[in-house]
Amino acid sequence: MGKKLLLKDDHIAGIQSYDVYRKNGGYASVEKAVKTMTTEAVVEEVKKSGLRGRGGAGFPTGMKWSFLAKPPGIARYLVCNADESEPGTFKDRYLMERIPHLLIEGMITSSYALGANTSYIYIRGEYYYVARILEKAIDEAYANGWLGKNILGSEYSLDLYVQIGAGAYICGEETALLESLEGKRGNPRIKPPFPAVAGLYGCPTVVNNVETIAAVVPIVNDGGDEYAKIGIGKSTGTKLISASGHINKPGVYEIDLGVPVEEFIFSDKYCGGIRGGKKFKAVVAGGSSVPILPADLILKTAKGEPRLMSYESLADGGFATGTMLGSGGFIVMDEDTSIVKNLWNFTRFYHHESCGQCSPCREGTGWMEKILHRILDGHGTMSDIDLLWDIQGKIEGKTICPLGDAAAWPVAAAIRHFRSEFEEYIKNPKSIKDVKHYYRLNNLQSA
Amino acid sequence: MKDIRFSEESMALVQRMMKRYPEGKHKSALIPILHIAQAEFDGWLSPEVMNYVASVMNIQSIEVYEVASFYSMFNLKPVGKCLIEVCRTSSCWLLGAEDVIRHLEKKLNIKVGETSSDGMFTLKSVECLGSCGTAPMLQVGADYYENLNLEKVDALVSRLKSEGKRKTYTDLPEPRTL
Amino acid sequence: MAKVTIDGHMIEVPDGTTILQAARMIGGDVVPPAMCYYSKLKTSGGYCRTCLVKVTKGSEKDPRPMPKPVASCRTPVMDGMEVQNKTAPDLLEARAGVVEFLLINHPLDCPICDQAGECSLQDLAYEHGLSRTRYEFSRRTFQKIDIGEKIKLHMTRCILCYRCVKVAEQITDGRVHGVLNRGDVSEISTYISQAVDNDFSGNMIDVCPVGALTDRTFRFKSRVWNVNPVDAHRDCPTCSGRVMLWMKGAEVFRVTARKDEYAEVLDTPDGKPGWICNTCRFDKKETKDWIVDGPSKIDRHSVISQNHYVLQEPAHKPLLNAVQAVPTSWQLENKK
Ligand SMILES: Cc1cc2nc3c(=O)[nH]c(=O)nc-3n(C[C@H](O)[C@H](O)[C@H](O)COP(=O)(O)O)c2cc1C
Ligand code: SF4
Ligand code: FES
Ligand code: FES
Repeated sequence: MGKKLLLKDDHIAGIQSYDVYRKNGGYASVEKAVKTMTTEAVVEEVKKSGLRGRGGAGFPTGMKWSFLAKPPGIARYLVCNADESEPGTFKDRYLMERIPHLLIEGMITSSYALGANTSYIYIRGEYYYVARILEKAIDEAYANGWLGKNILGSEYSLDLYVQIGAGAYICGEETALLESLEGKRGNPRIKPPFPAVAGLYGCPTVVNNVETIAAVVPIVNDGGDEYAKIGIGKSTGTKLISASGHINKPGVYEIDLGVPVEEFIFSDKYCGGIRGGKKFKAVVAGGSSVPILPADLILKTAKGEPRLMSYESLADGGFATGTMLGSGGFIVMDEDTSIVKNLWNFTRFYHHESCGQCSPCREGTGWMEKILHRILDGHGTMSDIDLLWDIQGKIEGKTICPLGDAAAWPVAAAIRHFRSEFEEYIKNPKSIKDVKHYYRLNNLQSA
Repeated sequence: MKDIRFSEESMALVQRMMKRYPEGKHKSALIPILHIAQAEFDGWLSPEVMNYVASVMNIQSIEVYEVASFYSMFNLKPVGKCLIEVCRTSSCWLLGAEDVIRHLEKKLNIKVGETSSDGMFTLKSVECLGSCGTAPMLQVGADYYENLNLEKVDALVSRLKSEGKRKTYTDLPEPRTL
Repeated sequence: MAKVTIDGHMIEVPDGTTILQAARMIGGDVVPPAMCYYSKLKTSGGYCRTCLVKVTKGSEKDPRPMPKPVASCRTPVMDGMEVQNKTAPDLLEARAGVVEFLLINHPLDCPICDQAGECSLQDLAYEHGLSRTRYEFSRRTFQKIDIGEKIKLHMTRCILCYRCVKVAEQITDGRVHGVLNRGDVSEISTYISQAVDNDFSGNMIDVCPVGALTDRTFRFKSRVWNVNPVDAHRDCPTCSGRVMLWMKGAEVFRVTARKDEYAEVLDTPDGKPGWICNTCRFDKKETKDWIVDGPSKIDRHSVISQNHYVLQEPAHKPLLNAVQAVPTSWQLENKK
């Protein structure tokens, strides 16, 4: 219990550098895979591990890998999703900044498993300095024979590049990411075809989150079965949680999946309780897109069982009383937080980040923001709440990519669990104390 | 007006970048090259700069405009030497990002989106920068400034002012070691 | 071949056919409305979401229903697939939602819009929308611009269907306009003022489903229902020369490509799309330039040509009563 897999060497001074990383057992998974395992065997270990995508959707990684089309004579690509822009999520940055070689190692082992000879790490533009850290690590890996032609004297060759983005949340969506990597606007593609069949440059492609790829290293080193022993049920292994908000100890925590939420929030090992002795009001458990839950429902499920930090337990009760693990962006709010204002902040975010391709998301996100604004301005009406509810329902499930859903769910959840707060604002505008929300218009640059 | 042409060093880098991709896919280098161009030509992308990038890459100008206008890190209007980008999203907002922004507005005597009269600072509010655990935070050039309070903001502004240098995303001599 | 059933009508179609194409083969009521798809433009469709349909059975092999409505214009049929369009009330409600989204920032300036009477959005709103708006904020506006001597771009009316961009990409040599910015401030533009000048650029006007791209040589000359369309042709070195002349008496008011019932350009007898060149469209405005073939057979399904002046309430009830309009500081700020 409580063994760290990804951050185990985090405390070692100089672990950023190749020499220290290697001395502490780094690159063993590449050696093991390339020298002693077939590509299928690596995929098999990942399947056995039960690893699920850490980027948000939680799709089983081994299964995703086995879907990759392998037409002869056509290149395949592995692309690492380091776009990390979901509000409340900062684990990938932490990992890449502190232990860059872990990601590089994971990329090599995973690329080997998929038969990719060129791979890219797509990193958000704001992380320019992190991209430099990765590039330095890649240079070191080339210099030591882990990248390039005939790795460890085998038939296998791999080139690895860091590709920089330029500020667009939507480029975290895998097909938008591929468009961006092709030098275009980050407009999500219309599926089918899926990237496993036609992804980057029309070739079969796997897109995986930074943490997912890093987890391949301990899986190959210790075996998938060993990894699957950690965690609970179908939530195997460890997960990096980005904890932020009104807590005493914000930061990145590597937890065994299955830790009780209550322990996670209140134990000194993790968040250390609510700041300033305040009462605990609500949590957004998996990045801004997932439904917000009030304190009682995040600590216990509707059935009264303790809620655990796992895919299944957080989702228990569906959206009526549950939420999602998502990307693991755990945002805690204390009693002074205005849910309506917070919702407006999120909705503004989605409005700002909509790519604008499809009508429900392009038009609906802005509309919802304006209505929330009207309520916060003291001009709301009771029917505004129903209108918001109706609009979010008309966006959800009607769009090209899940950003539409991500914009709709927070609105639905806030109304579902905190309707009385909206009503109070509308009935009694004076209750909107100290309304700080003056960025009403996008700062989108226009020509 | 200054002649729009990459320095020899940047040009070499640009050429190298275009070769990183498979045959015929060099358009992939557009975003990295726009970053280089923005850093080199005063922190923003004028139509002339974008046309120049299009000609260097041998693509249509409109393809560059489309991309440049999509991504929020590309400035299509002139900006001050230091672009101060304050995170305004969730956790930062919960922990006082608005106070930081208001403070900066007062201190620099500009509103969000504007540039100070001496051309030194432009203030911008941006979405989550992946530093929510150290909120509130802001970014200037490549650097993150985290766990902010108003004193830290004051100290930062004074330092930037006295240095008087342009800050860009790309100017990173060495990865910072921890 | 694949058998697909749409609203109870079964049809057998070649593999790879989309649901929308299959529905068009059946015809009539089962055809979902399409605002962005254009069969003659590759990679078109998927954006507007008006053609959403409900797939109640995925295929013979995997009969599970699809969890969400799908864009019929971009979803290929599977053997044994069952689809609902007009027969699913929840789908019609979802579609009404899409129509509402398309309209909230539309200026609704039909009385002064050249497209009125042949506007796909007008038809769509009439058939699938609500008869009032729930949107009480100021609408998005843009400056009108001339892109070249002959084409007016009125971005405020645009629904971002991307068709004109695909025309420029696929049938002209060298695209100078495109989609700029993102989200709800996206716009079609050349960025720096530039003329879209190319032998085939005028076809952008024909593919535009709304009045965003209009023919400057026809601007404000006449309402479309006051001019009579006749088929005509000429021997043109650049294009097929097969057009529709829109005439009042002996005067040619405008020239367009010939269109089918879905407002798409008709194919020429050799099976190629009947795009026309700018010379035919803008410069040949005399009857003597043309050989008239006879009155055009056009599908008069549009709102105005059918004299559908009576408003019908939609089958599903709108959720809300009209809410009181209160000016917010948001609107006040926008007025400044
Ligand atoms: C709007 C949107 C934003 C996303 N952002 C990210 C992101 O920043 N990082 C990420 O890894 N996945 C993100 N995803 C999920 C990816 O589309 C994709 O599922 C993921 O990269 C797959 O990797 P995984 O299987 O390893 O999780 C996003 C999805 C959507 C719809
Ligand atoms: S849902 Fe939003 S972000 Fe996704 S494709 Fe549609 S407009 Fe773009
Ligand atoms: S919320 Fe400010 S960095 Fe994430
Ligand atoms: S016509 Fe299918 S989405 Fe627009």
